[in-house]
Amino acid sequence: MNRFTYTKANSIDDTLREVNADHDIKFIAGGTNLIDLMRANVEHPSHLVDINHIDLHAIQETAEGGLSLGALVKNADTAYHEHVQSRYPLLAKAILAGASPQLRNMATNGGNLLQRTRCYYFYDTATPCNKRVPGQGCSAINGFNKIHSILGTSAHCIATHPSDMCVALAALEARIKVIGNDGERVIPFAEFHRLPGDTPHIDSTLKPGELITSIELPSKGFETHYQYIKLRDRRSYAFALVSVAVGLELQDDYIQEARIALGGVAHKPWRDETVENFLNGKKAAEDAFETAAEMMMKDAKGFRYNNFKIEMAKRAIVRALVDARDLKTPEPLHCYTYNRHQQQ
Amino acid sequence: MKDIMNKEVDDRKEDAIVTEKQLLPVQLNVNGKQYILHLEPWTSLLDALREHLGLTGTKKGCDHGQCGACTILIDGKRINSCLTFAVMYQGVPITTIEGLAQGDKLHPLQQAFIKHDAFQCGYCTPGQICSAQGMLNEGHAYSRDDIHELMSGNLCRCAAYNNIVKAIEEVIETGQTPDAV
Ligand SMILES: Cc1cc2nc3c(=O)[nH]c(=O)nc-3n(C[C@H](O)[C@H](O)[C@H](O)COP(=O)(O)OP(=O)(O)OC[C@H]3O[C@@H](n4cnc5c(N)ncnc54)[C@H](O)[C@@H]3O)c2cc1C
Ligand code: SF4
Ligand code: FES
Ligand code: FES
Repeated sequence: MNRFTYTKANSIDDTLREVNADHDIKFIAGGTNLIDLMRANVEHPSHLVDINHIDLHAIQETAEGGLSLGALVKNADTAYHEHVQSRYPLLAKAILAGASPQLRNMATNGGNLLQRTRCYYFYDTATPCNKRVPGQGCSAINGFNKIHSILGTSAHCIATHPSDMCVALAALEARIKVIGNDGERVIPFAEFHRLPGDTPHIDSTLKPGELITSIELPSKGFETHYQYIKLRDRRSYAFALVSVAVGLELQDDYIQEARIALGGVAHKPWRDETVENFLNGKKAAEDAFETAAEMMMKDAKGFRYNNFKIEMAKRAIVRALVDARDLKTPEPLHCYTYNRHQQQ
Repeated sequence: MKDIMNKEVDDRKEDAIVTEKQLLPVQLNVNGKQYILHLEPWTSLLDALREHLGLTGTKKGCDHGQCGACTILIDGKRINSCLTFAVMYQGVPITTIEGLAQGDKLHPLQQAFIKHDAFQCGYCTPGQICSAQGMLNEGHAYSRDDIHELMSGNLCRCAAYNNIVKAIEEVIETGQTPDAV
């Protein structure tokens, strides 16, 4: 690990004062991604600002009837928060599908958004990677690309965004509040993460030196019809190959509003509003779900070892829509077990 | 310490040199004892416990958050001590495997692990036991399925999983759930 200096910030002002273009500064929250990447010599900040003592630890109801999740609230405390459990169970379930209990006790909401890809070549400094060193080339496109993207890829990078939490936040249309030396901004979730294009080293639209202060959830939580399915190489403690977050608003048998977001398939949580608009007003039945899944994978392209993801995603989309439609009673969300509510 | 912590941004370049030589003082509260250490900021909490305090019960398996051998309790909640820096834990109550037994009296989880033969080589065991205590403190395990999922952050290369689950179940069932530590 490289040598660095370390300071603790006690306030937002403290933090922003530390931001200085001459230094490679990083904020450290839970540290679970940053320290891992520093150990792999992928990140090498010269200065770390410990932001854990800033007052961003609250979960509060907002004036618009939504919920504001402080950037420094731990993932576990967010998932088990009573309002998240009752009003945004999709989010609780997605968070609990991620990492391990230990890591969820460390990981923060802000850090989760900014975690970097798990592409093996990105981690391996002996292989070329455009995300790590712009212009070096991409080892995954013609390499072992089992965990890589099938949608929104570019000739420069086919990495995925690895978060589970973010897939649910995309479906819920959360907004990200940030503050920098130029003031505060609110970024709609769909605009927070970006596609790789020819600048894959940039993961998000957060500007250097900007601090995430909170995640704002709108009032609509799809708490009666939702599902998060995560498919992976083992049942727990593994990143998603494909994941699906679904929220449905139903009236009788008809869909008033559908939300579908996919994880493990692109450089950002993947939503497709054409598909959601197609479903709106339709009967919530398998044939419509199957058409939706086909539509959502229309432009999907595999890179050999990840070809299986296309069929897997289609089936997972249909399954998640069926599960969300059929969800009868609120499930107890102590922890994620696949299709737990059907397993009595 | 104040000096290091409150440096002005402007002389950061100098700081880099100063801090490389200068260690940061940190007070760690481990198993009820206070220790004052002078550490490089990049010392992981795991290395501080093992190398600086000689508390070698906590193990290093992967150093990447992928195995759980380094699990300890912070304010009763479990974390991976390998993925965090010691300087971030000023004054926070830390419990390691060494802090679970009461003198010669083993902790109920330790007793149950022995009874159920819940280990072979034992390398993962301190992490498993701390994790199990953390799980009990956190209060979300209601069934065997829950235990499977909520203990998934601890790998066992010897695959003693079945007996680990039995040991934990026994502690829960016989109501000897230890007080939060
Ligand atoms: C073994 C392992 C398995 C995992 N499995 C999963 C999984 O299955 N699903 C999943 O979703 N995740 C998984 N994770 C990833 C984990 O969720 C992330 O590492 C975690 O969410 C990052 O949060 P943090 O607070 O620790 O971030 P840090 O490591 O502290 O920071 C990450 C980045 O965010 C920046 N940052 C942090 N907070 C802010 C802020 N408020 N404002 C601006 N910048 C900020 C930091 O500067 C850094 O660049 C896994 C991690 C490990 C190690
Ligand atoms: S897919 Fe992206 S992150 Fe992976 S090697 Fe290619 S450029 Fe790097
Ligand atoms: S040593 Fe910390 S998780 Fe493996
Ligand atoms: S007992 Fe050997 S690793 Fe678990």
